[in-house]
Amino acid sequence: MRHVDFSRNETLVALVILAFCAAATLADPAFLSMPTLTDLLRGGIVLGIFAVAALLVLISGGIDVSFTAIAAVSMYSTAMALNTFAPGVPWGVAFALGMTIGAGLGCINAVFIAGFGLPTLIVTLGTLSMFRGFMLAFIGQKQITTLPSGMREFGRMMMIRGTNPDGSFYSLPLAFAFLVGAVVLTWVILHRTMLGRQVFAMGGSLESARRVGVNVKGAQFFVYIYVGALAGLAGVIHASMTRVANPFDLVGLELSVIAAVVLGGARLAGGYGTLTGTLLGVALIVLVRNSLIVFGIPSTWQSVAVGVLILIGTGLPAWQAKRAAARAA
Amino acid sequence: MRNLNLAALVASPEARLAVIAVVVFAVMSALSPDRFLSVQNLTSMAFQFPEFAILSLAMLLTMLTGGIDLSVVGIANLSAIVAALLLTAFAGPEATGGAAVLWLAVALLAALAVGAVAGLFNGVAIAVFGLPPILATLGSGLIFTGIAVALTGGSALMGFPGVVAFLGNGTVLGVPAPLILFALLAAGMAWLLGRTAFGLRVQMYGANPLAARFAAMDVTGLLIRVYLLSGMLGALAGMVVMSRANSAKADYGSSYLLLAVLIAVLGGVNPYGGYGRVIGVVLAVLTMQFLSSGLNMLGVSNFARELIWGGLLIFVMIVNTRLVYRPRAAAKPGPSA
Repeated sequence: MRHVDFSRNETLVALVILAFCAAATLADPAFLSMPTLTDLLRGGIVLGIFAVAALLVLISGGIDVSFTAIAAVSMYSTAMALNTFAPGVPWGVAFALGMTIGAGLGCINAVFIAGFGLPTLIVTLGTLSMFRGFMLAFIGQKQITTLPSGMREFGRMMMIRGTNPDGSFYSLPLAFAFLVGAVVLTWVILHRTMLGRQVFAMGGSLESARRVGVNVKGAQFFVYIYVGALAGLAGVIHASMTRVANPFDLVGLELSVIAAVVLGGARLAGGYGTLTGTLLGVALIVLVRNSLIVFGIPSTWQSVAVGVLILIGTGLPAWQAKRAAARAA
Repeated sequence: MRNLNLAALVASPEARLAVIAVVVFAVMSALSPDRFLSVQNLTSMAFQFPEFAILSLAMLLTMLTGGIDLSVVGIANLSAIVAALLLTAFAGPEATGGAAVLWLAVALLAALAVGAVAGLFNGVAIAVFGLPPILATLGSGLIFTGIAVALTGGSALMGFPGVVAFLGNGTVLGVPAPLILFALLAAGMAWLLGRTAFGLRVQMYGANPLAARFAAMDVTGLLIRVYLLSGMLGALAGMVVMSRANSAKADYGSSYLLLAVLIAVLGGVNPYGGYGRVIGVVLAVLTMQFLSSGLNMLGVSNFARELIWGGLLIFVMIVNTRLVYRPRAAAKPGPSA
């Protein structure tokens, strides 16, 4: 049996999740049930895909705040385009279109970051406002309530469906499979390909990576295009699940997503991060958002709780690292 | 000789920005001369920009140390709400004369105190506990906003004495009061950064934190003071917003955060620390305001403005990176940011 390492973020977050669930079950025995679990998983789909994308960027040594805008633009233009030109196509086409638009927008990020060598935070701050501004000014501002039939159909597809003894329903949408797919694909890329090693190397030290022969520009192009495609996917899934394409949705989530990823142990400085930690971070944030009410804490205090969580979750390891550095010096 | 002057002119980001500001002003004046150049428009611009300009000064200060303060808008709203709670509780809309002025002063001090405590909180999290500034202020910003929502239940607070409006809407000898406040703060910041030991330390720390530590600088105290000041600037911005809107609400000015970061970077502040000047920020603020008002008059939607802001930010960064950061990075080899 492996030794449990308490200095790792993953362990800490997992323990906090367990403690939260235990306390919630004591407060309300109905907490421990299928509906809670499926609600948690459903709430984590879009956030989870975003988080996987954000993790990849953080590992590569960058930071991307534009992915929510990419998702919103992909979602909205896909729904708009299909409604206008091909309302009857199957959902696969909508997904492909959304991911293509996302990848295209990610490519714009990559041109500025890899091509012009600009700082990633500044570029993505700029493109966040450009993409969103372009959509709202030139594509549209009204929410689309009648989605193309393919997306509507996808929104109704479930992996698991069931009824509790007390008569309440629970279900897990098929969209969850896409989160699993994104996690598996990203894991394979990060840990089983040369490209993944290069992404880690870049995040560790860009200059060293360049000197050992990593094609830094190529790898950066891959990262931002891949992240754009994932964001496009998340956008289309979001619209399918909520049954509406609202151009004002999603943007504003970016910092919470990055916080979830860092909570899970990824370093803002780059070069380190795990998918397990990322998913645990997302789970904790969704859990707090969904279930704070169990403890009788009104929902107005929700953002305070998430803020405290971010400060403690990132503060403990930061403090430990600081003390370790002080001891070493 | 002439070439040399020209080279010197484009060598500093502030000079380039001054050129951009003048060009934007000229283009807007040319496109709608009778409206853009009207006294009415010029004064309305002078009333509009101080609130986010004050936030940009806070951004300048924290970015100089290589940090960032994402909680300024949260601090602004929380301070304004505390001030508004005091004003509505002790001096209703009927209050006039000395009593009203007294309560306004109390409310202002309370807001500044809230800003200082919030800033202190950020400073301790960053300097003592070693949190990355982005995450520390992101988390604390959520907390401040959350407390503001909890205090008000999410609705707007209204019903202040008439004098409150002076801070945001009044004039002194024809000059808008918020503009005077901003000018004083900008001058104060320029003095602080350029003429005091504190300012020098801030820039040295931002240029090379490790060297600053080895030079026996009190880094912890320095960072705490930086974020404390940033919080107090946030509180002042919050008071101006409250006075202009004649109300206080937990989600006012949420778009100002991006705008403040954008203005600081546009003003030539290096987001990795060590370089940034007040004059650059002032020029960037003016450029943004000219663009905003001008485009507004041309009937361009708010959202297209967002598109143009983002484009401008990236354009200026490309120019700055090509001309400024690169030669400097080549001059001193070291860990690239």
